[in-house]
Amino acid sequence: MKNSKIKVATTRQSRLREMFRRDGAWPWLVNRTEPAVDVSHQVLLYIESLSVSFDGFKALNDLSLYINDGELRCLIGANGAGKTTLMDVITGKTSPDSGLVYFGQTLDLLGRSEAEIAQLGIGRKFQKPSVFEAQTVYANLELAIQSEKNILPTLVARFSPEQIDRIDQVLEVINLKDRGFMMAGALSHGQKQWLEIGMLLVANPRLLLIDEPVAGMTAQEAEQTAELLVSLAGEHTVIVVEHDMEFVRRIAKTVTVLHQGSVLAEGSMQEIQENPDVIRVYLGEEQ
Amino acid sequence: MVILTLKLQNVLVKISNRNFIFTICFIEASGDYPGASFFSTEYIVLKIFQHSMPVKSPVKYAIMLVLVFLSATNIVESVYAQHDETGVIQAGPGQIVQLGDKLARAKLKNVQTVLVKMEAAGGDAVLALYQAMLSGDLFYVKDASSVSGNAALRRLVIASKTENRTYLLQDAITLDSLGERTKKQIKKVRSNNKLRGYLRSAIARLTLNSEQPEIRKSAVENMLDSLDSKSIPYLEKAREQESESDIIELIDVAIALNVLRTSEDVDLRLQAIETVQQSLRPVVRNSLTQLLEQDEQSAFIEPNAPIRAKAREALDDFQNKLDFYGLLETIFFGLSLGSVLLLVATGLAITFGVMGVINMAHGELIMLGAYTTYVVQLWMPNNIEYSVLVAIPVAFIVSGMVGIAIERGVIRHLQGRPLETLLATFGISLILQQAVRSMFSPLNRQVATPDWMGGSLEFNAVFSITYNRLYILIFALLVFFALQLIMKKTSLGLYVRAVSQNRDMAKAIGIRTEWVDAMTFGLGSGIAGIAGVALSQLTNVGPNLGQAYIIDSFMVVVFGGVGNLWGTLVGGMSLGLVNKFLEPATGAVLANILVLVFIILFIQKRPRGLFPQKGRAAES
Amino acid sequence: MKDASLFAQQFTALHTVRTKAPLFLGILFTATIYAAVCNLYVAEDSVLYVSTYTITLLGKYLCYALLALSVDIVWGYCGILSLGHGAFFALGGYAMGMYLMRQIGDRGVYGNPDLPDFMVFLNWQELPWYWSGFDQFWFAALMVVLVPAVLAFVFGWLAFRSRVAGVYLAIMTQALTYALMLAFFRNEMGFGGNNGLTDFKDLLGYNLLSDNTRVSLFVISAIVLALAYVCSQLIMGSKFGRVIVGIRDAEDRLRFLGYRTDYYKVALFVYSALLAGIAGALYVPQVGIINPGEYSPLNSIEIVIWVAIGGRGTLYGAVIGALLVNYAKTKFTAILPEVWLFALGALFVAVTIFLPNGIVGLFKRTSLNDGHDLGEQP
Repeated sequence: MKNSKIKVATTRQSRLREMFRRDGAWPWLVNRTEPAVDVSHQVLLYIESLSVSFDGFKALNDLSLYINDGELRCLIGANGAGKTTLMDVITGKTSPDSGLVYFGQTLDLLGRSEAEIAQLGIGRKFQKPSVFEAQTVYANLELAIQSEKNILPTLVARFSPEQIDRIDQVLEVINLKDRGFMMAGALSHGQKQWLEIGMLLVANPRLLLIDEPVAGMTAQEAEQTAELLVSLAGEHTVIVVEHDMEFVRRIAKTVTVLHQGSVLAEGSMQEIQENPDVIRVYLGEEQ
Repeated sequence: MVILTLKLQNVLVKISNRNFIFTICFIEASGDYPGASFFSTEYIVLKIFQHSMPVKSPVKYAIMLVLVFLSATNIVESVYAQHDETGVIQAGPGQIVQLGDKLARAKLKNVQTVLVKMEAAGGDAVLALYQAMLSGDLFYVKDASSVSGNAALRRLVIASKTENRTYLLQDAITLDSLGERTKKQIKKVRSNNKLRGYLRSAIARLTLNSEQPEIRKSAVENMLDSLDSKSIPYLEKAREQESESDIIELIDVAIALNVLRTSEDVDLRLQAIETVQQSLRPVVRNSLTQLLEQDEQSAFIEPNAPIRAKAREALDDFQNKLDFYGLLETIFFGLSLGSVLLLVATGLAITFGVMGVINMAHGELIMLGAYTTYVVQLWMPNNIEYSVLVAIPVAFIVSGMVGIAIERGVIRHLQGRPLETLLATFGISLILQQAVRSMFSPLNRQVATPDWMGGSLEFNAVFSITYNRLYILIFALLVFFALQLIMKKTSLGLYVRAVSQNRDMAKAIGIRTEWVDAMTFGLGSGIAGIAGVALSQLTNVGPNLGQAYIIDSFMVVVFGGVGNLWGTLVGGMSLGLVNKFLEPATGAVLANILVLVFIILFIQKRPRGLFPQKGRAAES
Repeated sequence: MKDASLFAQQFTALHTVRTKAPLFLGILFTATIYAAVCNLYVAEDSVLYVSTYTITLLGKYLCYALLALSVDIVWGYCGILSLGHGAFFALGGYAMGMYLMRQIGDRGVYGNPDLPDFMVFLNWQELPWYWSGFDQFWFAALMVVLVPAVLAFVFGWLAFRSRVAGVYLAIMTQALTYALMLAFFRNEMGFGGNNGLTDFKDLLGYNLLSDNTRVSLFVISAIVLALAYVCSQLIMGSKFGRVIVGIRDAEDRLRFLGYRTDYYKVALFVYSALLAGIAGALYVPQVGIINPGEYSPLNSIEIVIWVAIGGRGTLYGAVIGALLVNYAKTKFTAILPEVWLFALGALFVAVTIFLPNGIVGLFKRTSLNDGHDLGEQP
């Protein structure tokens, strides 16, 4: 407790010193351009000794995880293992008690708002489909598309030809080509899932966090989703949380198993299935 | 016991038909005396000895024997006579009445003699008469036959002017109302300065010797506050007879204060300062301050330095005590306001906090409770004492029923749409207000306060607590803890918590969620009704009563933390305290505004209130 | 042509205005011109004559309509239920009232050229600092928009940044207007206390009691309402408007898409407060008085019910609701004053239960909000 106070004081001092350095310009005078994500070490996301507790319950417990650039990573684990909390921390919804989250080499994600983090290029798909139900499919995609997201630009925003092409292209991918003018609320559950994925695609994020993408989908749709996710990897980095083991087996190269807020095992599906810790946790001691 | 005493008195009236003296004794004996009936009889007999100089001794003994016999055989029951509430005998043609007639006829120079006789004969009974005479309100009715059977007897009356220039008459001795008369029909009993001086001292004597400690106490207090050396002998005499320790203390202070003012002896005066210091009355403070004053030449009025030093010390001490009791008083007022806030917010803590229903008609449910009290009092005008106690369950049922009706009729259809619920219940609040306005009147209704809630608990001259606030504070806590108990220990409480946490799951395991909703809402609404009963004892009961509290109660619940009953308790009490501590500096309205602004800012900082519900459930 | 480019054409602000404004503007202007002409140029005994009383009444309704519009913008589109818009309305009204007060000059009861009557009455010696400048119309006009906007900005900034929303926000706004009401009731505030500001004489040199001024004020109210309507349609038709509707339905989603939703809400709240302030400023010279009663929570919540009755999220619904309810109120309070509160209360209940999309919703099947529940998560 005391320690942290001192820490705050020293950081304040150093901030003040930083402010009056003669060779620097004040941040609000500088044109703010976020530095591009630095992946010179092939790692896109660094998560180190992250801890989050709710009312005494440790949702994340000293969790460390590294995601490589262009990777397709699957997170599995029982309910309460901390998968959703981890997503919340990465996207800025929950602030951790301790730990580090870096996007590339340089960008500290902690302390940034959800919007800032999203603008850095991290897209998220919720467990429950979350689309703008009172608006058309087009409007949903329009809101999601990569663009200036401040107030004044949106007041006068018009589509560029590239954006129109991009939307049409995505509509093709998500099979909603003829439903562009339909209210999103009128879509079926699976279509909403697709629309949400579409919204991620038009935003063209560097990192996609996808929470249970195939819940409520037919086997055929799940197949399509799997293909889509696999095809996204490489250009994008994808983290998928999923319970459906069949689905995970189909897409996963690397799987991370979370248990009680920390990483239990990591490796290929094969390795995970043979890992004694995983077997003990999932199938009981005697096995 | 009292009744028995009174009956004995009546007996005596019968026995001593022609002996007016007894009337006086009985009046004196009309207080509540401890001990068995026999002792009281004995007491009366003693009094007879004290007062009955004109009565010949054989008669005295005869009466005594009869009394003892009466009390022993308990035949007192068979004798009835009229008596009024104060126990004063409705004197027929008694001696005082005769003397009163004399007083009305006497020439100015003879008045004092009559007054002396009256005092000797009447004791406490003539007190009101003397006071009226002193303030010039004593009259007699010219046409005596219009007020009593005996046209020859002039009857003394106390007159008070009414709005239409007539006079409202009261018998000066029995204090019965005698109706109105015009100015021409009555005549003032004249008086002069000398008589007034006599009256003052007589009043002092009478009150100091009164049988009732409260009268004695207030007499001493009055004398102390306008201290005059002439009253010191009376006080000293009174002190000898006094048995109540607090009155003795008061008398001591008065005597010491007199010493301080008049004596030359330094030691005595120093001692006197020590004595007066014990009291916290303003007059003591003023006297002490006077000792420290300077005249135009900046010389001290009080020449003696040790006395000044002592006075300074005493004053400082006085100020400290005053500050301390001032603080206590502010805390009490704060807690009292807090208890009102707690009461009005407790119901809301259930409907809003636990159920999550925004009920803007909550204030009107409180108002209904207050009106229920009013109606209950209309039903039982002779038992105002119990009316409030009866009103509590009735108000709970009335408001609870209305609450259930609101829940079944409106809120149920708006589940999961909080903003719509807010609007619809606001509409209901308008309807309820207008209904009350049409049924009763747009004007405020007067709700009587039972005697046991009136008055105040006095700790000393500067610190007292009014009983109604004290009772409401206790009541608020009782209601709160009863509710805690219901929520924690009963199956209803368990169901309520289950439904509020996961409605579908609760339904799945067989809880009748609809029933639970209605009951919970009825409970919250019923508590609002109870709050209304309490409020009716503090403020005016009118159609707008509820509106004044709705914002406050929401503030308390939100400030304390929604869904947390303890938060409501702490929130209510702390807001009450903050309000009262701000008030001296800012005034009531500004304090109210500041508290509102504070909460608005606080909620921005901590949107979930003082004691938020934590965990993942609260995050979503 | 690609579908998306069709969308791009249809979902622009201008397109929205072109489709939604003409009918509304047409009716508004026809009615206004008709009333104005029939008041000024038709003989008093004619059947067609519109009395000045009616003109003032209509002018008042238009101000209420503008106020309802401002509430619809935040509530209907963004889901922010403000129970304190009466405060912005009254602040605008007070700013105008202060100007009108200064215009009285020495024509007051006490004939004091420097101080308004109520200050003379309270034995004030000099004008408080915050009254300076209000003898200039431009300054007062600036304050009419600035004061409500600043209050809305501060309140919105605090509230929206700490994510106070839904019912909490509604209660907070109600507390805000309640606190202002208590404050303005105090004589020490220097705004006329209980009695407020009244006895106005003229505005920019025109006598407030003359027919011409009254008709002009009425026409100006109509024009301002029309402008506000067009401007709001433009805003709501733009991508900004779609972000706003998105905030109403799924604010989290927007944040994860990279929108600073709190900024959007603050901006919208300020715009709305500004409209409410203007409505107040137009209202005061027409009714001739502004007092703290305008801050009462009941007034603010009544505005919400106008909008609810008319229909949320359409703008014209709010206008229709305000006109209808206030017309009903005028009629009811004249004939059966006691029934009015019953009727209003019943309206609240009936509309929320049976008519969630308002009167407009009865006629329209496919709107932006069709089939969608406008309630939001607490």
